[in-house]
Amino acid sequence: MKNTVGRDIPQEYAEKYGVFEGQYAKKTSYQRASGKVTPVHPGESKLVGSIREAIEKCGLKDGMTISFHHHFREGDYVLNMVMDEIAKMGIKNLYLAPSSIANVHEPLIEHIKNGVVTGITSSGLRDKVGLAISQGIMKNPVIIRSHGGRARAIETGALHIDVAFLGVPSADEYGNANGSHGNAICGSLGYAKVDAEYADKVVLITDNLVPYPNTPISIPQNLVDYVVKVDAIGDPNGIAKGATRFTSNPKELLIAEIGSKVIVNSPYFKNGFSFQSGSGGSTLAVARFLAEEMRERGIKAGFILGGITSNMVEMLEEGLAEKIIDTQSFDRGAAESLARNENHYEISASFYANPGNKGAAVNNLDVVVLSALEVDTDFNVNVLTGSDGAIRGASGGHCDTAAGAKLSMILTPLVRGRIPTIVEKVNTVITPGEGIDVVVTEIGIAINPRRQDLIDALKDSGIPQFTIEELKEKAYKIAGTPDPIEYEDQVVALVEYRDGSIIDVVRKIKE
Amino acid sequence: MERLRRTMMFVPASNPGMLRDAILYGADSIMFDLEDSISLREKDTSRFLLYQALKTFDYSSTETVVRINSLDAGGVEDIHAMVRAGIDCIRLPKTTCAQDVLDAESVILEAEKKCGREVGSTKMLAAIEDPMGVLNALSIAQSSKRLIGIALGSEDYVTAMKTRRYSDRNSEEIFFARSMIVHAARAAGIAALDTVFSDVNDMETLRKETEFIKQLGFDGKSVINPRQIPVVNKVYTPTEKEISNALDVIHAIEEANRRGSGVIALNGKMIDKPIVERAERILALAKAAGIKIPEN
Amino acid sequence: MGKYEIKGQGIAGTLESSDIQIIIDQNPGAGIEISLKSDVEKQYGRQIRATIEKTLKKMGITDAKLIVVDKGALDCTIVARTIAAVHRAAGITEKYDWEEIDSWNV
Repeated sequence: MKNTVGRDIPQEYAEKYGVFEGQYAKKTSYQRASGKVTPVHPGESKLVGSIREAIEKCGLKDGMTISFHHHFREGDYVLNMVMDEIAKMGIKNLYLAPSSIANVHEPLIEHIKNGVVTGITSSGLRDKVGLAISQGIMKNPVIIRSHGGRARAIETGALHIDVAFLGVPSADEYGNANGSHGNAICGSLGYAKVDAEYADKVVLITDNLVPYPNTPISIPQNLVDYVVKVDAIGDPNGIAKGATRFTSNPKELLIAEIGSKVIVNSPYFKNGFSFQSGSGGSTLAVARFLAEEMRERGIKAGFILGGITSNMVEMLEEGLAEKIIDTQSFDRGAAESLARNENHYEISASFYANPGNKGAAVNNLDVVVLSALEVDTDFNVNVLTGSDGAIRGASGGHCDTAAGAKLSMILTPLVRGRIPTIVEKVNTVITPGEGIDVVVTEIGIAINPRRQDLIDALKDSGIPQFTIEELKEKAYKIAGTPDPIEYEDQVVALVEYRDGSIIDVVRKIKE
Repeated sequence: MERLRRTMMFVPASNPGMLRDAILYGADSIMFDLEDSISLREKDTSRFLLYQALKTFDYSSTETVVRINSLDAGGVEDIHAMVRAGIDCIRLPKTTCAQDVLDAESVILEAEKKCGREVGSTKMLAAIEDPMGVLNALSIAQSSKRLIGIALGSEDYVTAMKTRRYSDRNSEEIFFARSMIVHAARAAGIAALDTVFSDVNDMETLRKETEFIKQLGFDGKSVINPRQIPVVNKVYTPTEKEISNALDVIHAIEEANRRGSGVIALNGKMIDKPIVERAERILALAKAAGIKIPEN
Repeated sequence: MGKYEIKGQGIAGTLESSDIQIIIDQNPGAGIEISLKSDVEKQYGRQIRATIEKTLKKMGITDAKLIVVDKGALDCTIVARTIAAVHRAAGITEKYDWEEIDSWNV
């Protein structure tokens, strides 16, 4: 069955989940799900001696769903630690529902092969795990969900978590936790907040046990069943890995500069505007160029949303932005700011991006600057599958912010190495083209024809404008027309749009 | 109108990615290097690579320049390849006297005839990089009709002068060389191009140095990193006041021509040829910087 | 025997991004054999092989064994590296025939 972005969704999945029909097509009321609660009486302790003991006390059994958060990114120790223990205990057939999966979680491949894990939902899968999944090592397809989509699935009950194992940089023994104090600080605990609220059992894992009460409180004691102290929950260097390096690559800088010009020449660049930008390469650099323009023209942002990095903190402290709303802190600078600055505010993933709740923060966003692996001539974006067809990226907040923001921009070079990024059809649709307004490359921009207002607004900006087809032709002229990637029939991943409908599927790659 | 040469960007011919992307950054000229940035054992592969790049990529209206090796170290082969590939301009390294230019010119002539390229269409640029070259600057600048400019290369020069670069002290060690070169270029009616600034992270000193060489009269500067281009170009971008003054001058001339009046005055001042030339150059620089000049 | 006789191993190119490294050697009577490892194998492997084969054909080479490691090189780079590797394998280090090289552009 074809959905509205022209993707063929196999009947069984189309029937089960529904197919994508447009970014605002669904507005369904629902009864909020809730977790099971076992009361804790006076005198009872939540502190347990080991991860194993916590797993036993939670009553984890074959077939249950467990969750983790990915605030420690490439520095995470928690998921591997817990999964090893579970595997040793002989528990099988688990459904794994972390907010995302990183390169460091490579040991998962063995757990899948051994039947410990038989189902996964995640924002993304990185290199080795992604490749293994794309090679078909798991029978059930992975469900790819955006950050907002995951929060929606949990709140509607589509994703029920039996046990959440949440690594926290600081906690007291009664379960009050935050991410901005401790050894391996990760700042916001935005993803974990949702799990804590809706899981039946909540286990906090910390390397920094502090006296009661631990404040500020990001995860409150009334949601927590058990607390475990371990030697280390993460590697602080891995948490910020790659995210906040300011690029010196001249092409990335050029793209960022053009991106900044687009924002400055848009109708949204005025006092009180809001923006979000990604964490690597060009998207991070945009904020720098934008800050210069803001200084020069005396313009202040109302808030910055994200995905927060040190350079956004600098903008807050310089007075270029009034507030930061933070669902994930990408580096130590961001995490420390969260601890000391009351204008830097922590929110949950649901507050951030859930399309099903009573209004997410992305709805208040003026401008979002995003990256892409591929964009096609319908402006559809792929951030999941690489040029070999294998899963290697993550959905993240891409489609959430694109749907919410008034101006959604994609920053990408025309080609990477030899791989064109502006293509006829993307391998996998994560964000539908109707949510993308401007594609920015090193030679100029293409504006979605739906946005005639922007085409007019940017006419005299001095930025070269092309049609998206022209950009694609230029990319193909440089690289040559790529041969299509060959897939087999087996579906290895279902890509949910943020509203829960299926926007695309990923199939097993042909070796 | 004479071509602007505010920025001439070095691109090593051995790097495929940079050969493709060189066009992106708004340099007035791209200078592909076969000489010092290429190791001895990669001279042949880099020459083949640059040859294919020039045949393949569209460098549009950007001037393409190649820095060749000296004639006794592969330069003859470089010239034959590059003239055939359609390069705009051959840059000679380490030019010490007029004869160096003439020697290279005869190879260029031979190459043009061999591949059927219009004789004289390959331009030349002489880099002056030692004390002898500096002292011979005028005769070098006047040696060939193909020469479009002379350029200072300061690294070898300061070494030969038993000093080093003092960018933090106004570069006084190369003041004489710069003066010689800009005088020789002006006397010969060709472009004067300044040496590189090698700290790609120090934009402030680059800006100061560019302001200084602009003040001396240089047309522009060689750059080694794309990020230096906007800094140099900005220095060469005329101010609003300069532009409006220049427009007044041009309008006054047009007005006088319409009236058939011989004497041209603006605000009570005589407008003579140098003032008109300066006005035209300012408008050309403004146009190159993307500033819209109102018609009339 | 053509003008370009593979007399021994010739190598050109690097393992940097956007480059391609080509090692060419004799392969008497056994035709052109290319072992290719490429970052972009799935989308461009066929075209990379075709570009190398076409260039070798124009150079009159019918027998050669090639070990190729591609890092996302464009066609013009592949051609340049192939030509350079053949010249090196043929022991030609000066007096290149640019007129002929010009005629090989693909």
